[in-house]
Amino acid sequence: MIPILNVENLTLAYGDKEVITGLNFQVNQGDFLVVVGENGVGKTTMVRALLGQLKPRQGQIKMPSSVKIGYVPQFRNLDSEYPLSIRDFVALNLPTSRLPWLSRDERQKIDQIVAATDLTRIAERPLGMASGGEKQRAYLAQALVADPQLLILDESTASLDNEMKYELLDLVEDFRSKGRAVLFVTHDWDLAHHYGTRYLHLAAGRATSGPISELSAIEEEE
Amino acid sequence: MFELSFMRYAFVASTFIAVVSGVIGVFVVARRISFLTHTLSEIGFAGASFAVFAGWQALNGMLLFTILSSVMVGQMSIKESRREAVISAVSALFIGLGILFLSLSNQTASSATSILFGSVVGISKQEVWQLVMLSLLVLVVVFCMYRFLKFDSFDPVGARVNGVNGTVVSVIFLILVALSVSVAAQIVGSLLIFILLTLPAAAAKYYATGTAKMIGLSILFALLGTWLGLYLGYITNWPISFFIAVIEVVIYISALYYHHQTSA
Repeated sequence: MIPILNVENLTLAYGDKEVITGLNFQVNQGDFLVVVGENGVGKTTMVRALLGQLKPRQGQIKMPSSVKIGYVPQFRNLDSEYPLSIRDFVALNLPTSRLPWLSRDERQKIDQIVAATDLTRIAERPLGMASGGEKQRAYLAQALVADPQLLILDESTASLDNEMKYELLDLVEDFRSKGRAVLFVTHDWDLAHHYGTRYLHLAAGRATSGPISELSAIEEEE
Repeated sequence: MFELSFMRYAFVASTFIAVVSGVIGVFVVARRISFLTHTLSEIGFAGASFAVFAGWQALNGMLLFTILSSVMVGQMSIKESRREAVISAVSALFIGLGILFLSLSNQTASSATSILFGSVVGISKQEVWQLVMLSLLVLVVVFCMYRFLKFDSFDPVGARVNGVNGTVVSVIFLILVALSVSVAAQIVGSLLIFILLTLPAAAAKYYATGTAKMIGLSILFALLGTWLGLYLGYITNWPISFFIAVIEVVIYISALYYHHQTSA
C-alpha cells in the first residue's frame, strides 16, 4: 500500500475554539475514504487544512511532494450569467504553461476529460446555464485535468438528485480504480456504503476509522 | 481629419487606450471590481490635480496615486461585507483631496474639466509615446500572467485550491488596472473611466463563451466607441467623451437585449 496522505495528531482551531483534536488517519493509493459525521464536527475544516487553507494548531499533514490534490466543492460562486463555456472552465486548471493559448497536447487532454465526464455534447455551452449535475461534472473535469493523485469531494453530491449522485460518483470511482485515491465528505450513508472502501467518522471528541464493513455499526450509533 | 497632427496623435492614443481597456476590462468584469475601478479613477483625479498643483504632468500624478492605492487595497484584501463602504470612504477622501489640490494650485476650471472629462485632442507627441509605452507594458504583463490571471478571475475557488497565489495575482492586477485607468483617463477623463474599462467587456460577456473571444469582442467594442467618437467629435465639435459614452452604452444595452432574447 502506497500512502498518499498521512494525518498525524492533527489539531485544528479557529481562535480559541478547537474544532478537531488529535486526529489520525491515512489515505493510501486505491482508497475511497468516506468521511462521515454530524454537522459541525469539523469535516469542512479538515478539508480546508488538507488543501493548505488552514494552518494546523498542532500535528502534521504529510504528503509526498509529488502528490497533487484535486478538489470538487459543493458550491462555487458562479451565477447564471457566468460567461465561460464548460470547455473553457475545464481548461482553467492548466496554469503550468506560460503561453496564453493551449498547446495541441493540452487540447487533446481537455477533449479526453470532457468526454470521460460525459460533457462533450454541451462543452461549448456557458457553464452558467448548465444544470446542477452538469456543473458538478464540470467541476470534477476541471479537477481531473491537472492529473491529481488524490481527489477531495466536499459534499459534492449534496445538491443533486439521486440518479445524478450515482452518475457523478461512478466517474469518481472510475478515477479511483486507476490507482488514485478519493476522500469523499458526505452525509449520505447509502453513498458511503456503496462507494467507500474505508471510512473516517468524525464526532465531537473522538474520531474512528476502519474498513467500510464497520460503518453500519457507526450508522446505528448516530 | 488625419491631415491634422493633433488628430493623428489622438487617433493613435485612443487606439492603444481602447485595446488596453478592452483587455483589462474583461478581467475587471470577471473579478467584479467595476466599483473599485471607479474609485481608482477618482483617486486618479486626485493624483492629476496634485500633479497640476506640483507642476508635473497630469499622467504622472495619476500613476503615482493610483498605483500606491491599488497596492494598499490589494494588501488589505477587504472583507466582502465591508468592501463597498470602505471603497466609498476612500473615494470620498480622494475626491476631497483632488478639489483641495486644484484650489491650491490656483488653476482655472479648465484644467479640472480636462482631468474629469478627458482631453485627447490636446495630447502632445511625447504624451502619445508615454501612453503607447504604458499600454504595451500592461499588455506584456497580461500576456505573461494570462493563465494565472484567467484562472483567478473566472474561478477564484478553483485557483486557490490549485495553488494559484490569489494575493499576488490581485496586487499585480490592481496595478495593471491603475495603469489602465491612468492611461484611459487621458481620453475619456477620470469621471468616465467606466465607459472603456467596464462597458465593452460587460457587453462582450453576453456574446462570447470563451475568454479569447470575450477579449477580442471587448477590444472591438472599445475601438468602435473611441474611433467613432473621435470622428463624430471632429465633425460636430461636441465633446468626444460624450460620443464614446453614448456609443458604449448603446452597445451594452444591445448586448443585454441580445442576451434576453437568446436566453428566454
